[in-house]
Amino acid sequence: MAQKLRIAVHKFASCDGCQMQFLNLEQDLLTLARQVEIVHFAEATSVMQQGPYDVSFVEGSISTSTDLQRIQQVRAASRMLITIGACATAGGLQALRNWKDHGEFVRAIYARPEYIDSLAQSTPVSAHVKVDAELWGCPIDQQQLKRVLSDVLARITPRIPGESVCMECKRAGNVCVLVTKGEPCLGPVTRTGCGALCPRYERDCYGCFGPQEDGNARALGRRFQALGLSADEIVRRFRFINGWAPAMRAGAQAWEKQKPIIENMD
Amino acid sequence: MNAVAHILNPYLPQRAEVVERVEEGRDIFTLRLRLCDETARAAYRFQPGQFNMLYLIGAGEVAISIVSDPDNPELIDHTIRAVGRVTQGLQQLKAGDALGLRGPFGRGWPLEAARGRGLLLITGGLGCAPTTSMIHYALQRRAQYGPLTVCHGVKHPDDLIYTDRIQTWCGAPDTQVLLTADKGTPEWRGRVGLVTQTLDDVEPELFKGVAMMCGPEPMMRAVAESLLQRGMALNDIYLSLERNMHCAVGHCGHCMFGGKFICKDGPVFSYAEVRTLLAVKGF
Amino acid sequence: MTAQSRLLARADFNALIHALEAQGYRVLGPRERAGAIVFDEITRAEDLPVGRVSAQQPGSYRLEDSGNGRFFDYVHGPESLKRFLFAPEERLWTVSAEGTVSFKETLPEARPVAVIGARACDIAGMQVQDRTFLAGNEKIPPLLKGGHGGIYTDPYYATRRENLFIVAVNCTRSAATCFCASMDTGPRARAGYDLALTELEDDFLVEANSTAGEALLAALPLRNADAGAESAAAEAIEAAAVSQTRRMDTTGIQALLFDNLEHPRWDDVAERCLSCGNCTMVCPTCFCHSETDVTSLDGATSEHRRQWDSCFALDHSYLHGAQIRPQIRQRYRQWLTHKLASWIEQFGTSGCVGCGRCITWCPTGIDLIEEVNAIRATPGAQRAADI
Repeated sequence: MAQKLRIAVHKFASCDGCQMQFLNLEQDLLTLARQVEIVHFAEATSVMQQGPYDVSFVEGSISTSTDLQRIQQVRAASRMLITIGACATAGGLQALRNWKDHGEFVRAIYARPEYIDSLAQSTPVSAHVKVDAELWGCPIDQQQLKRVLSDVLARITPRIPGESVCMECKRAGNVCVLVTKGEPCLGPVTRTGCGALCPRYERDCYGCFGPQEDGNARALGRRFQALGLSADEIVRRFRFINGWAPAMRAGAQAWEKQKPIIENMD
Repeated sequence: MNAVAHILNPYLPQRAEVVERVEEGRDIFTLRLRLCDETARAAYRFQPGQFNMLYLIGAGEVAISIVSDPDNPELIDHTIRAVGRVTQGLQQLKAGDALGLRGPFGRGWPLEAARGRGLLLITGGLGCAPTTSMIHYALQRRAQYGPLTVCHGVKHPDDLIYTDRIQTWCGAPDTQVLLTADKGTPEWRGRVGLVTQTLDDVEPELFKGVAMMCGPEPMMRAVAESLLQRGMALNDIYLSLERNMHCAVGHCGHCMFGGKFICKDGPVFSYAEVRTLLAVKGF
Repeated sequence: MTAQSRLLARADFNALIHALEAQGYRVLGPRERAGAIVFDEITRAEDLPVGRVSAQQPGSYRLEDSGNGRFFDYVHGPESLKRFLFAPEERLWTVSAEGTVSFKETLPEARPVAVIGARACDIAGMQVQDRTFLAGNEKIPPLLKGGHGGIYTDPYYATRRENLFIVAVNCTRSAATCFCASMDTGPRARAGYDLALTELEDDFLVEANSTAGEALLAALPLRNADAGAESAAAEAIEAAAVSQTRRMDTTGIQALLFDNLEHPRWDDVAERCLSCGNCTMVCPTCFCHSETDVTSLDGATSEHRRQWDSCFALDHSYLHGAQIRPQIRQRYRQWLTHKLASWIEQFGTSGCVGCGRCITWCPTGIDLIEEVNAIRATPGAQRAADI
């Protein structure tokens, strides 16, 4: 048996839901514990060892100047870096601020804004350091996480599917909510991995797994318009949990009146 | 009642083991494999240019051409570059390790059509691997084939593999090896330039023979067009194509090239069969 | 067709279901679910979509009340026979690395399944897929011989195929997206079924087309059909054919498409195509699949699985860290040229059976007939430059 892998789970700006998916692996954690040493995992243990790490899982977006420094340290200490979730992979819901005047928010909410260390934009980890693999989702999917873990244990590059939700949806035998009900489903431009969870319950997909590898969000926006959505509603469909992901931004762009305050952070 | 139960399952690998592992170059290695089951091993035969599906436990399968001597089918060599997840995993294997193997698959080099004629083998990069088995085959039957010239191009001299084999080929009767690198180094004794340029140094008589190529598609196109200009017949130019096959038996659709399945109609095609589509970007 | 066709009263339809059950079949039939008709288990006639019709348009499917009590006027839903033969997802084999490495094939359970309500296009689609998955293998019964393209028989497909009993329903209605008449595959089922039903005023005209079908007839409360019933059935089927407004012109289609691989229409359709893969998922003939491994965390065992894949997925053309078809234009072109043209070279038949599902279930309503017609209208047109 090869030496145990040193694994770290780091948290940045996030809700901890993706870290919880680790903890929810339950009995698989015991198997995992025989093969890896978890040396840093804020949500699970008070033990916080320094690097180097064989694999670092990173949750959360880069949102403060401290984050900016820390992500460089994490990268330098990690042989492999894998982002987990929408925040780390696309900037998260908190990237909605990227379209607004961040200073105005801070001034409006905090009595002493000068104490607030917060960047004008919330950005994905990949905007700052090299990322080896990206696990999408809000939160990430446990089956995908397990597959990535078994790849990591086998010391091979994880394979994360990039096809549309529709393919998973059709395989599962779900009926299309867009075609039968005219629901503004984001499934065609969204990445697989969730098990087509919402359409299975006859709900439209809201894109929590981020953009599929090469979809066509502009064309889907035009379809939404034909279904009766207003330009503002179309923008809101695309500008959500993964709104800062380039493909979702492109989907919204044709319909949006308001451009991001600061362009081109990535 | 159940007739299906007797059908050989073309998807099921056989257990194989690594007999030997040879480092060929940076991230390039050769695995010498042997099927573990004696009956399967005795029944295994292959033709130069065919490929096997190698299965790494937990990672998946990958199509790899057979580079060894078809006269010794009990030991099956595969030269592999670690570029994808499966090949990266295969890179970790060492002698004695187990893996899965199914094959051989596909249509190999045109042994019969080429018999009695000169052989011009033109390869680029790791494309030399699929032609190696053909070279062994022809050299074992030297009298049955005309003069043999191998033109092999690499990007950088460090990318050159098989130097021992190449030495041996150079010493074989009526056999010539022309090496070229896109960029030279002070130590490099071969030519400098693209593999197409080496054609200028090929004996004109060989353009009446049969050409066999393997390498990147743009390179093969350029070479094939150059060969046509030098008077070679469309049907005498053969090339080996590559795709990310999953099934290897014409069922999965990943290797489709127009109306051809590269896995079962190829991987070796005559240029006449694929010339038009090779010119279309993104097909 | 049999010499003597019979009539089964609509009121006696349960007898058909029960006769199939009595012979050990799991009986599947059309049922309404989530706004569409899908195949699911049925136990009685009331499970069928009685009095329901589908209004189908490019990108739109709505079920409506017809106001009558007919069983099969819905025409079809997103599913064909494909998923019952070529499973959307399945395990092919397992491997254990504990001790000696061993591989074990995991063939599907050979359970007899009867599908009631297969349409002519579904059966034609199945026969097209037979050519992919069944070789001219002597161990396959003659009925199942595809023969043309295959070298290897897929034992997973073959196992299910051998255990499938098909009750065809000849269409007496067409959806607006149907064009089987122009593809010469329907609306009447011609071969490959066990029983065929044609829905009449109060009865079904029943025809057997296999030994198993004949045997089942013996278990049904039938009466002989007179010439009037037969001609009424023929007229109703013909009326369905005539009512089809879509028509695929396949004249010289191989040359047309392959001579126009740089036609600007491919760019045009790429503006509308989502590259979601829905067309390929609902297509009764699309056979692409990918194989992946699901490995236990301790690495001791692994399941080798396959699932439906699509040429619209970027990774379908993955090779050495890049993709051969990175653009939607290239992927749509791959699909359409294969479906309508290179399929003929591979298998001696078109890959399109005219069911129209790819039109109805495309979220943006792309109509492949319009795409072909657009190229036909301006052959030889060249796109400006590579974008």
